[in-house]
Amino acid sequence: MAEQISRDQVAHVASLAKLAFDEEGLNEFTEQLGDILSLFETLQEVDTSEVEPTYSVTTNVNHLREDQADNWHQKRELLANAPEEAADLIKVPAILKGEAEE
Amino acid sequence: MGSGNFETTIGLEVHVEMQTNSKLLSPSPVHYGDEPNENTNVIDWGYPGVLPVANRGAIEFGMRVALALHADISPFIRWDRKNYVYPDNPKSYQTTQSATPLGKNGYLDVTLPDGSTKRVRIHELHVEEDAGKNTHGSDGYSYVDLNRQGTPLIEIVSEPDMHSPEEAYAYLEQLRQVILFTGVSEAKMQEGQMRADVNVSIRPFGSDEYGTRVEMKNINSFNYVRNALAYEEKRQAAAVRAGEPIVQETRRYDEPSKSTISMRVKEVADDYRYFPEPDLAPIEISQEWIDKVAAELPKSAKERQEYYVNELGIEPYDAEVLTQTLAMANFYDQTVADGADPKRAANYLIGDVNAYLNKTQAELQETKLTPEHLAGMIKLIEDGTISTKQAKKVFEAILEGEEPEAYAKANGLVQISDPAVLQPWVDEVLDANPQSIEDFKGGKDRAVGYLVGQLMKKSKGQANPTVLNQLLMAALKQR
Repeated sequence: MAEQISRDQVAHVASLAKLAFDEEGLNEFTEQLGDILSLFETLQEVDTSEVEPTYSVTTNVNHLREDQADNWHQKRELLANAPEEAADLIKVPAILKGEAEE
Repeated sequence: MGSGNFETTIGLEVHVEMQTNSKLLSPSPVHYGDEPNENTNVIDWGYPGVLPVANRGAIEFGMRVALALHADISPFIRWDRKNYVYPDNPKSYQTTQSATPLGKNGYLDVTLPDGSTKRVRIHELHVEEDAGKNTHGSDGYSYVDLNRQGTPLIEIVSEPDMHSPEEAYAYLEQLRQVILFTGVSEAKMQEGQMRADVNVSIRPFGSDEYGTRVEMKNINSFNYVRNALAYEEKRQAAAVRAGEPIVQETRRYDEPSKSTISMRVKEVADDYRYFPEPDLAPIEISQEWIDKVAAELPKSAKERQEYYVNELGIEPYDAEVLTQTLAMANFYDQTVADGADPKRAANYLIGDVNAYLNKTQAELQETKLTPEHLAGMIKLIEDGTISTKQAKKVFEAILEGEEPEAYAKANGLVQISDPAVLQPWVDEVLDANPQSIEDFKGGKDRAVGYLVGQLMKKSKGQANPTVLNQLLMAALKQR
């Protein structure tokens, strides 16, 4: 079986997700992701040239909500679940800007 | 335009927060300035298992902007996920419309400082969600407020049609006015409700290939955009002349030095791994739906200005002042509809009302003043019931929510114009002041002033000065 995904690609995707793996972890996920991609390679053998792409499996077109505000007052519970809070703010290790959009 | 032998090319991506009642994907309130995280729920925090439903109001607000910018509205929209990991958005993706933007192929006709008009094409516009707000502490931590997370944004992507900082500035100002008059946002710069991402490159005149572009993100002042572009034009031209390559990079504008500073060099294109959003239903937009939204779209500032100048006889400058905000223009329209003289109504709004708003730092819609009361007061002036001097007191009162006619009556601020009431007073005052009559006949005009003063006293200041003068002069001549 051809290599589906390289260790470098896995490392890249991990860094985008702000995840860090050791050598062992990197090998493990390269193998797992490779297996998943192999499955899709099998699926790709089916001829779909005449099939419309499926973007969504819902048949619920225009399922929309009216623009009415409703505060569920979940702030305290949500902050209690945050790793750390300070003055009602969520305290997280700083990630330098430039790595992401605003 | 451009710098020396170079042509500057500028494209702008503008984000505007839309003032819906609730967020794009959750019913949490959209409201600026509340306590941190007050307006958040499990959906905004991206908890597993939540089932977000998109806000119809946000789609319709987006349609208003698309219509105001003459864009084609897509008949079918589905949502996409734009993946990035950053604490300002706990879902780790932004819900957006990448493959099927709400609108395409629009334009804005921009009036340039020299009076000419330039058409800036709009490549596309789409609805997406805003992120929360991060504050970086000096302690190695960031502090996150998710109140803004999920606020609906409209992103307006221009074609690279602008060629100078001044054109970009004019485009931003006039785009802001168009948006103001759709009623979807007040686009308050100081509250970050309107922000621009700027792309700028230079190329030798005549070249058919664009130069390498530099990007600056999230600038929330039109002046900063203009300054940043002016600096970039010069910097890039100097680099090219010196034989140095322009690097594709993100820079940021630094106001103290009025320069731009490199943030990072892009080694690879942004890797957002867009994919179709599985949790939200797609949207079909029918012509009926578009027509319904078009019918709700307020008249643009330009349409109103033309109407004020051509139909109501308002000076062009005054028409511009009246259309600086949608609230002011709507207030003016209603005041005129309530029967006020258009010029007097314009003068009051531009003069006294604006002065009051400046003094109290209030928004027009927060005051107790109503178009009905302003029109009522103007009608009292027009029909001579009160003098312009008395109107000053009535104006103070209608700012406090008083009904003008009732207030004027209750406070004796009523002008007496009836000759049947005024004539006996004139006769009485003349009888009591034979010396003044002599003085008048002897050519001393001062005597008239004295007599008027006596009459105003007698009428407690309520006599209509014009009518009073006529009666007095007639009576003097007969004596």
